[in-house]
Amino acid sequence: MFETRRSPGPTVRIAFDGAPLDVAPGQSVAAALLTAGVGATRRTPDSGASRGPYCMIGVCFDCLVVIDGQANRQACMVTVRDGMRVESQAGAPDIAP
Amino acid sequence: MTAAYDIAVIGAGPAGMAAAATADGLGLATVLIDEQAAPGGQIYRNIEGAPLADRAVLGADYEAGAALAAALRGSGVDYLDTTTVWRVTPENEIGVTRAGAARLISAKHIVIATGALERPMPLPGWTLPGVMTAGAAQVMLKSAAAVAPGAVFAGCGPLLYLIVGQYLRAGAPIAALIDTTPRTNIWRAAPLLPRALAAGNYLAKGLAMMRDIRRAGVRVIRGVDGLAALGEGHLRAVGYSRGGRRATIETEHLFLHQGIVANVNLAMAAGCAHHWDARQLGWRPACDGWGRSSVDGVSIAGDGAGIGGAQVAELDGRLAALDAACRLGRIEVAERDRRAAPLHAARRRDLRIRPFLEALYRPADDQRVPLADDVIVCRCEDVTAGDIRAALALGCPGPNQLKAFTRCGMGPCQGRLCGPTVTELIAAERGVPVADVGYYRLRPPVKPVTLGELAGTAPSSDAPGGA
Repeated sequence: MFETRRSPGPTVRIAFDGAPLDVAPGQSVAAALLTAGVGATRRTPDSGASRGPYCMIGVCFDCLVVIDGQANRQACMVTVRDGMRVESQAGAPDIAP
Repeated sequence: MTAAYDIAVIGAGPAGMAAAATADGLGLATVLIDEQAAPGGQIYRNIEGAPLADRAVLGADYEAGAALAAALRGSGVDYLDTTTVWRVTPENEIGVTRAGAARLISAKHIVIATGALERPMPLPGWTLPGVMTAGAAQVMLKSAAAVAPGAVFAGCGPLLYLIVGQYLRAGAPIAALIDTTPRTNIWRAAPLLPRALAAGNYLAKGLAMMRDIRRAGVRVIRGVDGLAALGEGHLRAVGYSRGGRRATIETEHLFLHQGIVANVNLAMAAGCAHHWDARQLGWRPACDGWGRSSVDGVSIAGDGAGIGGAQVAELDGRLAALDAACRLGRIEVAERDRRAAPLHAARRRDLRIRPFLEALYRPADDQRVPLADDVIVCRCEDVTAGDIRAALALGCPGPNQLKAFTRCGMGPCQGRLCGPTVTELIAAERGVPVADVGYYRLRPPVKPVTLGELAGTAPSSDAPGGA
């Protein structure tokens, strides 16, 4: 479990799979989820294995999640925003209409 | 074609920040494009706003990035943050996406400064949530002021020791540091030591890092094999063998690191020629002393041109900008050479440490190419070392054909995480040099771009139909 060493400050509220999380602003979705105790953020399309953020620099694509309805977003490259809806990505994502 | 900019720099790490600020200082119309929300790259990530209550945790070298970021902010550079580059065209146009809108940016000269990524360390269970790179642990520290007490760090290389030191200064206890540096490396590194001593204070800094780790009483475990991440659905423990005995350490976090390799995807997709560096164990672009690649009008600076570290990257960036200014007729050759002379000298001095470090921290063969067939090599498509060996046994000739056989390298990371392993694995199985195996043929887009974004791409203003 990641622990924060930052001074207490304001937070923004995001939702992960429907559950509200109050997280520090200015950080990536992946960092916010990890500090909130979320380890697994998707299942692979092939084997269905659980995966979570791995590289945190935008190269491994293991942290793909659905953000505000858009699938395949790199959680480590998107900054949290108040009201953001984040969902874990299960298997192959549906093609948006 | 009239380009919108004289020079476009891609990547805002030390090389990119230095290149952009130098180009601006020479009077070139300059744009700096970067995927992050703030300048710094990975080494100076969040340099303007690291949220740690005590920044000293990150060390003095980190603070060197502040001057680069300040110079950038104080310049006339058009700095585009949170902007993803997905291609560089043969016409020197750069395809970018920002806030869901794509467009093309044209420039007379392009400097690619996309840095490095951590070399993959494929071992059983390395895809489990809870297993991350040591660099990822550092990103958590720099960008979220977060640490994982009780973590295990495993691998080798200076960056691993640096991050362990940062954890210790942050007051985060470490369950163990499993040092996988092969014991025999020291004998290959020793003859390179005299040259390394001429590289300034790198060795002193390294020794201080090791001393801090020793004094803190960190449990350092050497001479292991059979390193594995254990758990179902999430990491539960790290396993290894030592002296013929199997042992496990319970932990929720394992941070892996065994050096860094150039992030070559954009440069390769732009058509720049690359070659295998057998000492760095990675692909790097063919560049001249100014960073000019095999593609006219495209230079490559920093670790993306081969691993040299942050100080060399900064010098690379300045040299590439001076050379671009000369090529564009802004300064004479004599002035370029006069200004560059001290930069070249400093660069040569800094690079003297590299052969020593490359030999001393050369990762073990079996940590780069897994011996066990059930280890996943391609994380995106769940392709194992055994799947690849089976394809090779069926006659698959190389990395590109391997895609058709197994889908290896065809996932969203586009081979970034499996490429180095795949080429070395094929070379080992075939008994041929890695250079003969080659690499994935990379094509744009090098980052995902949606159909909607592409459809809405505005052509660069001066290039009708250029999209």
